[in-house]
Amino acid sequence: MSVTAAVETVDLSVTSLRELNQRLHDAGRDDRGPRHWRVLHPNGAHALACGLDAEVEVELEGHVGYYCAGMNERATVRVRGNAGTGVAENMMSGLVVVDGSASQSAGATAHGGLLVVKGDVSARCGISLKGADVVVHGSIGHMGAFMAQSGRLVVCGDAGEALGDSIYEARLYVAGEVASLGADCVEKEIGAEHLEELQQLLERAEVEGVDATSFRRYGSARQLYSFRIDNAY
Amino acid sequence: MAGDADVLTHAQRGLRESYLYDRATIAEIQRAAREGIYDIRGFGAKRRLPHFDDLLVLGASISRYPLEGYRERCETNVTLGTRYASRPLELRIPVTIAGMSFGALSAPAKEALGRGATEVGTSTTTGDGGMTAEEREHSETLVYQLLPSRYGMNPADLKRADAIEVVVGQGAKPGGGGMLLGHKISDRVAAMRDLPTGIDQRSASRHPDWTGPDDLEIKLHELREITDWEKPIFVKIGATRTYYDVQLAVKAGADVIVLDGMQGGTAATQDVFIEHVGIPTLPAVKLAVDALDELGLHREVQLVISGGIRTGADVAKALALGADAVSIGVAALIALGDNAPEHEAEYQALGSAAGFYDDWQAGRDPAGISTQDDGLAARFDPVLGGRRLANYLRVLTLEAQTLARACGKSHVLNMEPEDLVALTVEASLMTGIPLAGMQQGLLDALAERVAVRLGVDERRVAGSDPARRSG
Repeated sequence: MSVTAAVETVDLSVTSLRELNQRLHDAGRDDRGPRHWRVLHPNGAHALACGLDAEVEVELEGHVGYYCAGMNERATVRVRGNAGTGVAENMMSGLVVVDGSASQSAGATAHGGLLVVKGDVSARCGISLKGADVVVHGSIGHMGAFMAQSGRLVVCGDAGEALGDSIYEARLYVAGEVASLGADCVEKEIGAEHLEELQQLLERAEVEGVDATSFRRYGSARQLYSFRIDNAY
Repeated sequence: MAGDADVLTHAQRGLRESYLYDRATIAEIQRAAREGIYDIRGFGAKRRLPHFDDLLVLGASISRYPLEGYRERCETNVTLGTRYASRPLELRIPVTIAGMSFGALSAPAKEALGRGATEVGTSTTTGDGGMTAEEREHSETLVYQLLPSRYGMNPADLKRADAIEVVVGQGAKPGGGGMLLGHKISDRVAAMRDLPTGIDQRSASRHPDWTGPDDLEIKLHELREITDWEKPIFVKIGATRTYYDVQLAVKAGADVIVLDGMQGGTAATQDVFIEHVGIPTLPAVKLAVDALDELGLHREVQLVISGGIRTGADVAKALALGADAVSIGVAALIALGDNAPEHEAEYQALGSAAGFYDDWQAGRDPAGISTQDDGLAARFDPVLGGRRLANYLRVLTLEAQTLARACGKSHVLNMEPEDLVALTVEASLMTGIPLAGMQQGLLDALAERVAVRLGVDERRVAGSDPARRSG
């Protein structure tokens, strides 16, 4: 490890994951120490930069495994590669950006903050979303936003089958084709407030060349909110 | 069930009740036909099941030396989470409070659980819906559950918890998700769960970000990294394929296995689920201990048993079978005041009776425990409730100590299978504890007869399990 005025560089080929995470956690405890971290050779390691609670920026120079930036608070985590299952799961705040694609359950149960995936995301993107925003430059797989409670999911490409199944109050925006909608998910009108929030999200996620007016909005029909026997499968 | 006078009246009139279609069954068919929806209720299984009552404790006599009650110490402390965590839980008694949600229970009831547990030096547990300030404040040792719904899950609470319990399932409904009906989704409950007020809230039956044992291992690793390897990680499972589930949870890195038999309680589940899914606590304990033994990790990975623990005898027998601690839920609520006779008139008004009330899902609990109605909850005094729970926990502990001393044990965890005999054939077969009166010679003779019929080498049978050399 070497300390420079600007960037703290950690090479995971010589430093353990445990040591890196501990240092990142320690940096958050007293909000002192390096503000900018660069991690070399992540090599698909799991649980990288998870549990952060600090105004720091962490750049991961390569692919990462499961649960990268899990439960993130305040921090900015940038993945210069692809991400495994559950990137930014249960994030509370902050920003997580994946330059490549992400595996399933990206942004699962996240309460706040913004997750941006510049490639595609596989199944269950934004599952049980609880208030965070997820913007995918590409397409997502099946069961996107399953049981999503609140927050917003923006998909610039296509969405796989059963989008928004059993959805609560989350707002879904898809520019491309939707293979099918899940139980209780319906298309809804796009009003001025929706266009405005969509435009803001696209800008924050650095999406270019996609017009906000090309999106369609989906949300809950609210027919599953109270049990009715007619809704049973 | 009808009282004696009622039965006599019917019998005198020549009326005969069907065993198959008894009055409760007929009433349920009529209710189903009327309402078109399955019966949802709280409490646990009500059917008769093999249980700890089917075991007896062998006190000391000539071949064993007892400890003197009131004079010689019988320790009760237990440590949970010694495998990986740098801060294991140190409990003064081997009886903990199971996870029950704020939402299912009122805030003062959750506070009382914390107060009672803390008074006697044991832990309590959050539930679906997250951690309330009241329960953290009043619980010296608090286990924070990570459930499939992740309602209320946040890293701040994770870090201020004393242990983490990853809930895969519970005994009342292994394989089932949760439900909290709309009338219990108050503004506060809704806010904690990020849901609209008043809707029926469904909890998923599967975790959103892991599937299967290999993923679970990575998930536990993430939780350890987030909490800097300080906190014990429990994995809670409902008893079904217990032997394999325990081994997989251990392989995934669990510090502690929490195993909930099918008698375990619930706040709201379909009756058909409660009564027909899973296996009883009794065989589950044996399967779990066997699984840990085979891995060479019995006692290194601690085992907490729940599902129908009511008395110190249940505690002692569970420990003797190999558990490190037990956990209580239904009994704890009863200790707080659930089903108390003083509310008889109100239970009757709700179509139930003290001792029968199980509509914990309905939110109209006159005791103020399983409700989110402010008026009902205000009836419940958390200080008094906590005191009652502490009293009850003390009694459980004293009873377990009494039995342990009678077996000559200076620590309740020194109870062992050899201290038990079985009362029924089924309990004997489920636990490997010999049937009372079946001396070893008889067992060996029986085993040899069976072996001959099965073509098994008799010499292997002759050196049978030393745990069976009693009775």
